[in-house]
This record gives sequence, C-alpha cells and structure tokens, in this order.
Amino acid sequence: MPFISNTPDQQKQMLADIGLSMEDLFADIPPELMCKDFNLPNGLTEQKVRERLAGLAGKNYIDLTLFLGGGFYDHFIPAAIYSLISRSEFYTAYTPYQPELSQGTLQAIYEYQSAICRLTDMDVSNASLYDGGTAMYEAMMMALRSTRRNKVIIDDSVNPIYRVMIHSYTSNLNIELDETNCVDGHANRDQIYKLLDDKTAAVIVQNPNFFGCIDDFTDLAEAAHKKGALLIVSCYPMSLGILKTPGQMGADIVTGEGQSLGMPMSFGGPYLGYMAAKKQFIRKMPGRIVGMTADQNDRRSFVLTLQAREQHIRRDKATSNICSNEALCALTALTYLLLMGKEGLKETAQLCADKASYAFKRLTAIPGVKPHFETKWFFNEFVLDLPHEAADVIAKLIEKGFAAGFPLSRYYEGMENSILICVTEKRTKQQIGMLAEALESIL
Amino acid sequence: MKLVFEKSIPHRRAVRTVESDVPETINIEKSLLRDKCPNLPELSELDVVRHFTELSRMNFGVDTNFYPLGSCTMKYNPKVTERIASYPGFAHLHPLLPQLRMGGMLTQGALGVIYEMDMFLRETTGMDGFTMQPMAGAHGELTGIMIIAAYHKDKGNKKKTILIPDSAHGTNPASAAIAGYDVIAVPSNDEGVMDVDTLKAYINDEVAGLMLTCPNTLGLFNPHIKEICDLIHSVDGLVYYDGANLNAIVGKARPGDFGFDVVHLNLHKTFATPHGGGGPGAGPVGVKQKLVDYLPISVVVKRNDGTYALDYDRPKSIGYMAPFYGNFGVVLKAYVYALMLGKEGLKRVAENAVLNANYIRAKLNDHYTPAVDKVCMHECVFSPTQKMLDNDTHAFDIAKALIDAGFHPPTVYFPTIVKEALMIEPTECESKETLDAFIDAMIEIAKTAEAKLHAFSNAPVSTPVSRPNETAAAKNLNIACL
Repeated sequence: MPFISNTPDQQKQMLADIGLSMEDLFADIPPELMCKDFNLPNGLTEQKVRERLAGLAGKNYIDLTLFLGGGFYDHFIPAAIYSLISRSEFYTAYTPYQPELSQGTLQAIYEYQSAICRLTDMDVSNASLYDGGTAMYEAMMMALRSTRRNKVIIDDSVNPIYRVMIHSYTSNLNIELDETNCVDGHANRDQIYKLLDDKTAAVIVQNPNFFGCIDDFTDLAEAAHKKGALLIVSCYPMSLGILKTPGQMGADIVTGEGQSLGMPMSFGGPYLGYMAAKKQFIRKMPGRIVGMTADQNDRRSFVLTLQAREQHIRRDKATSNICSNEALCALTALTYLLLMGKEGLKETAQLCADKASYAFKRLTAIPGVKPHFETKWFFNEFVLDLPHEAADVIAKLIEKGFAAGFPLSRYYEGMENSILICVTEKRTKQQIGMLAEALESIL
Repeated sequence: MKLVFEKSIPHRRAVRTVESDVPETINIEKSLLRDKCPNLPELSELDVVRHFTELSRMNFGVDTNFYPLGSCTMKYNPKVTERIASYPGFAHLHPLLPQLRMGGMLTQGALGVIYEMDMFLRETTGMDGFTMQPMAGAHGELTGIMIIAAYHKDKGNKKKTILIPDSAHGTNPASAAIAGYDVIAVPSNDEGVMDVDTLKAYINDEVAGLMLTCPNTLGLFNPHIKEICDLIHSVDGLVYYDGANLNAIVGKARPGDFGFDVVHLNLHKTFATPHGGGGPGAGPVGVKQKLVDYLPISVVVKRNDGTYALDYDRPKSIGYMAPFYGNFGVVLKAYVYALMLGKEGLKRVAENAVLNANYIRAKLNDHYTPAVDKVCMHECVFSPTQKMLDNDTHAFDIAKALIDAGFHPPTVYFPTIVKEALMIEPTECESKETLDAFIDAMIEIAKTAEAKLHAFSNAPVSTPVSRPNETAAAKNLNIACL
C-alpha cells in the first residue's frame, strides 16, 4: 500500500501482540454507520499519476505573454528560493510548538517580521495571514476591536475582490460599511471626510490602488486620527522598492498580498497575507508572533509569544480564529527580500515602473487608445480606454498570444471599454511592441 | 546564531537585475517616493543559502524522525506531490484568466483538478458539494459556520448559539464567535465524549448548530453520534464535523452518513500535504444538498460537453471566502495523494493509523496513566503517573526528554480536560520498528522519572538551545530587528 511502511505480516503481528483484531479497533463505530463500499477509483502508481497530471498541466495555457495583474503578478523568482524552502526540515515541520526543535522556523519568522517592518516602515508584524484579502479583513476587525467602534469606510479603488470578501465576512455582523467612489484614480477625500465621524473605526485604502495609481495618504491619516479612527493601507510590497511607505504616511495597520515576493501565481494560492502595525496595536493583532528571548544558558533563542491573544488560549474571546497560517510562504518572502537586497528590490521596482511607463506611451500612441485617468503617476499598472468593449478586445488578443489585461467592467460600472494593463520586469520592450502591434491590428 | 541582518556587508549583492531595455527612466514625483532604500541586508547568494541551511539544521520535520504530534496528523508528505505542484502548467497559471471572456478554456487542467477533487471528497465524506476556498482548518470552520448562519437566515430562524464540547480545539469556539454566534460549552462525560443526556439539557430553539470532532480529541469515537445529530436536527439545528481527526475513519465511514450537515477537512492532515512549519494548509468545506446553494462563489461545474466552468451565479451564496479557488497548490498536492491511494489505499490509512495508535497505547498503558483505559482510534492520550508528578516530572518535562531521545514530542496539555495530557498520534505511515523505538524511549523516560526527583528539568540538552524563557519573551517584547 502506498505510504504505509508496515507489511501485512507486521500488521498481523502487532494485532496479535496487543490481543486485538482489526474489527475490535473499529468496534465503537456502529455497524450501520460503516460504509460498505466507496465509489472511488483504484490507486495509481507514481509513474501513472505523473503522466496524468502532466496531461492536465498541459491543458492550462501558460504560453500567453502576460500583461495581466490585478493584484497578482508575474515577477521573476530566483532559483535559490525554491531550493531553500524545499529543505524538508522547513516544509515537513508543524507549527513551532516545541521551540528547542524549531529554532530554524522561529528565527526565520522573526527575520520575516523584521523584514516586513523594514519594508513598510512599521513597528511590528505578525507571522503571516492567509492572503491579502483575509489580511484586510483581519486588519478591519483589529481596528474595530481597538477603537470599539463599528463603522468602516473603504474606497472603491481598493481591489474589488477584497471588497467583496469584506462584504461577505461581515454580512452577519453589526458593522456599517461605507464605500466611497474614487476620483481620477485617487481615494475620494471629499466623500471620506464627510463620512468620517466619531463612530468610524477605520478608513481602508490601497497603494498603488487597483488601477495602479499612486497616492500619498498622509492627509487621510491625519484626518482619520483627528476623529480617533485608524488608517489601514493595503500595499503591493514590490512597489515599496521605490514608493513612499505606509509608515511614512502615518498608517496604523498595513496589509497586503505578498505573492509578488517570490511566490508563483499557482492559480490563486498558496499566497501570503502580510500585516504590520504601529506598536501600540500589538496586543490586538491576529495570528502568530515570534519573539526573541534567551535560553537557560543565556543563548539567543526564539519562541511564539503573546499567545494569550490566540484561539488555543482565549477560545471564543481570541483576537482571531487563525491557527495554521502561511509560514512557508513567509519564508519564501523573506528569502526573496534577502536575495534581492536593498538595491535589488529598488532596481526591480524601478524597472517595473519604467517598463509600464514605456508601455503606456507606446499603447496610447495607437489611434483611439486613450488614458482613462488624467493622473500622471502609476506604478506598474494603468488603465486605458479602447474604442471597443475591452472584454472583446482582450478575447481577440488571447488568440494572438497575449493575456493583454483585465476588463474593468467586470467590477466597475461604466468602464466597458477600459482595460487594466500590467507590466512587470519580466516583460521586454519587444513584447510590449508586439502587444501594441497586435492591438493596433484588431482595433 | 547571528541574525541575517547582522551578516550584511555594504554593496554585497545576490540577484543581479536585468538591464533595462526601455529608453528612459521615469521620474515619479519625489513626494510619492520613499526617502531611502528599504533597509534590507546586503548579502551574496551563498550567504543567504548558508544562513537558511544552518537554520534548517535547527529544525525538525517529519522527514527527520517520528513526529507523533496529537491531532496534527503528521504523516509522510510524498515527494511526488511537490514535483507535480511545480509543473509550469500549474505554477505559472494566473488566477484571473478564467475571468476573461472564454478564459475558462485556458485553464481546463486546473479546473479539472478542482472538480475531480470535489468529487473525490464528496464520496469520501458523504457530502453533496464542496468549496476549496478555505485556506486552513480554522478558515474552513468559519466558512462552515457562515453557511449555517445563511441557512437559518434564509429560513427565518432566530438562532443565537453554537454548542461546542469542552474537549474541542480552540479554533471551534473562536470561529463560531467571529461569525457572530454565542458559544456554549457542553461538558464531556468521564470518557471524554459527549453524553446524549447531558446534551439534551442544552437543546433549545436558539441552537443554530453543534461543532464536533469525531473521533474526539481523546481519540474516542462516540457510538451515539447519530442520536446526537438527530437531537440537533430536532430543533432545526445543523451539525458541523471538524475534520481534524478524519484520518481515524477515512475509507471506513463517512460523516455524511452519521448525520453531519457540514464538514471541513484539513488537507494538510488527512491528505498528506506538508504543513510548512505553520502553513500553507487547505480546509475544504463540504455540505449536504440543502446547503449547496450557500457555498462560496465560485464553484467549478462540469458542462455537458465535458468541459469545466466556474459558476458565479449563486444568489444565495455566502460570498467570497478567498479571492479565487483557495490554496490551489495545496489542493493539487492532496489530489495527487488521493489518486495514488485510491479506494483501497484510503481504507488502509485508517486501519493502520488506528492500529499504530493502539499498539502504542497498549505498550505504554502500564507505564503512564491512560486518560481513558480502552481501545482508541487514531490517537491516544496519557498523563504522567502520580509518582512522576511527585518527583516533579510533568508532561512538559517528558516532552523535553523525548527530544533528547531523538523524537518530536506529542501534543502536551491538550485536550485541556485531561490533566497533564500527552496526546500521541503516530499516523499510518510509521513502521513497527519506529514505534518500538519510541515506546522504548517512553518507557525508559518513565522509569527514570519515577526513580529520580527532577529527572528531566534541564532537558533538552541535545538541541541548539535549551528551554527558552517564554515569560521574558512576552515581558521584554522583541519581535523585530529594526
């Protein structure tokens, strides 16, 4: 049998040794509840299963040139990352409950927390959450707990997938959720200021936002703080190679999708929800947190700490129900940030911005293709208005070998002709030129 | 050991970035830029590789040795699943592709994996529909409880409470609470299982549901499980199966046949995907027919022409628990494992998991105090004997002594209804030789602990660090090197 070491003879010997039969072992299950037969296939050998799955993998189109982003990005991944996270001492371990046997995982998480703080200019970070969307939800819950208020304002330039997640998660809770409508690619100050009052727990914004536009939320942080509310910023970590940090802006909680830090797109996961905050909120944070301490011989060592916040201690009063998080993805992000280093991350972020800027110029030179926003500043994504329905144009470009972008009409009314185009450091000038030619040929 | 930040040398580099092939560098307005580079260390690739190789040597995984961590089902993680998850056809697939017009046709292989896994799990658990969105067990619990809430809302039921046995994992009450329910703990009987008569006293019209692991955290299967489900159904409550302990019955019996309405599975337990030192996991949720409409958006459906598509038109759905299809890479690994086991392999999982647990239980029964002195399922729970406790050797010390013997300790101090619990789950993968070596070590430790005062108060001594000071860690908080 696959993955079972004991031979049938050994199994018999063990049963005899303890004086029980196989039936005895399952005697507590009433016979009428035993399943007579399962309608399942017979097991496959490794050779067969690899053949079958290679066939299925082949039915996925990965040869398209990707200009598709939307919060999930095709960045270059150094080979050393996979090699390191594939060390079985890391990936076959459980949550580090026994610190003496888990210093590797624990120190790595401590270093991950440190790297996230350095990247975002925040004081504290947890060990990871599931993804960018659940991280935003957890940040919102954290703000509600910290302020003891029940109103949240979220701008519609925040990733629409995360916004629908927030709506889903809060549908049974007594929370007032107000959405504002962004203006020219920027969070709507007028509406937010009008809604901000002494019941507001948090304002949630994103940088660069879903449209790729860059904002500076310093004014929003000040306005929120004046009313005793928190500012939550969701942030694309790659952009922090060059962009003003949420810490500099005065954000209270920062979250985001960490996939861009060395994780393959893998059809939606596993990804990494990161969360950082100002230090006064540490005891309200969800999830694991690793702290440095000393052992009995005064050697530096690491442990899970502030566990009194967590479900295994506090049960229904815990800050969150999270238990397993995304530790191996946090390790991935850490090794990525270290391999890139301070210069590498900056250079890569600058390359993304430069190539996107070039693509923007090249594509807007096509007759009938216009920028959707007047705003000048975007990171590596931008919105163009096409002369025809964007979904249709994108479908035609797939036939020419391009995943040219995302049709914004899927989530935004009145944007039928708008396409969100993403350019990472992996795209070349030549590919951008070919996309432009293909687009021009079908318009 | 040095922190990686302490190894930085100015201007040292690992990855070199590609040269720019576009004509100019854009100058984004200065006020929108960070004032200085992120303060990341400067290292060579070799520095980074050595650092993490050294860290890995300070860790212990299933591949290192026996890892009988109770309720965590630390079974062997087949290598082939890692290989397949890294196939470019899966790893490089953008999750938004299916949202493009006709985009579903670009991802037929991946959608097929999700659909087939759904079918496999339905048959395994006796449920009628699954979502792969939940990204861990606790996330599955929240999803399941939200489905229960949606059902009651739809029926106009005014329900307020979720019943949970006192032996439950902490995630159960936490999940029910954040979904908006009041949690009521139901005491277990002397055998640690839910008593039908006791439960009756808690049944009223406010009960939205009951969350249960079965077998429970003591490794005991409740023979009255069907009556319990019926009792909850009698007030239109729903019964939630926490699949953390499914390994005990997989391939033998199905929660759906017991009367459960909602289940979550921990693919990183029962379906052998690696736990990664604390995730990523996957916690798919399955439901009975009457709840299928409430499953999250989207679900994969098979069309008449044999192609797969995503169904977003689900007006009664609880919405989006994840952006896409959950931790697809984890689901894929579990699917590979399921295909390799097949019908016969699945059955052997439970049989050998339960046999291995009982082998350990029987062999240790005279040396430790059993929580319940009877046949167990996939795990057994012991406590130190009174003599050990009198000698000031506690569950914690026994755990540390086991580390010096080369084993990962069992789960300690859980379930909380057992004093000084040592919860041992060997899984089906382990050989008799490994179990015998573990049993010998446990007996040796027991003898020493009964003979000597403070026998293991300094253990472990073989690890890179001795017992870290946890109190100091919380008091003098240092959680980042800035």
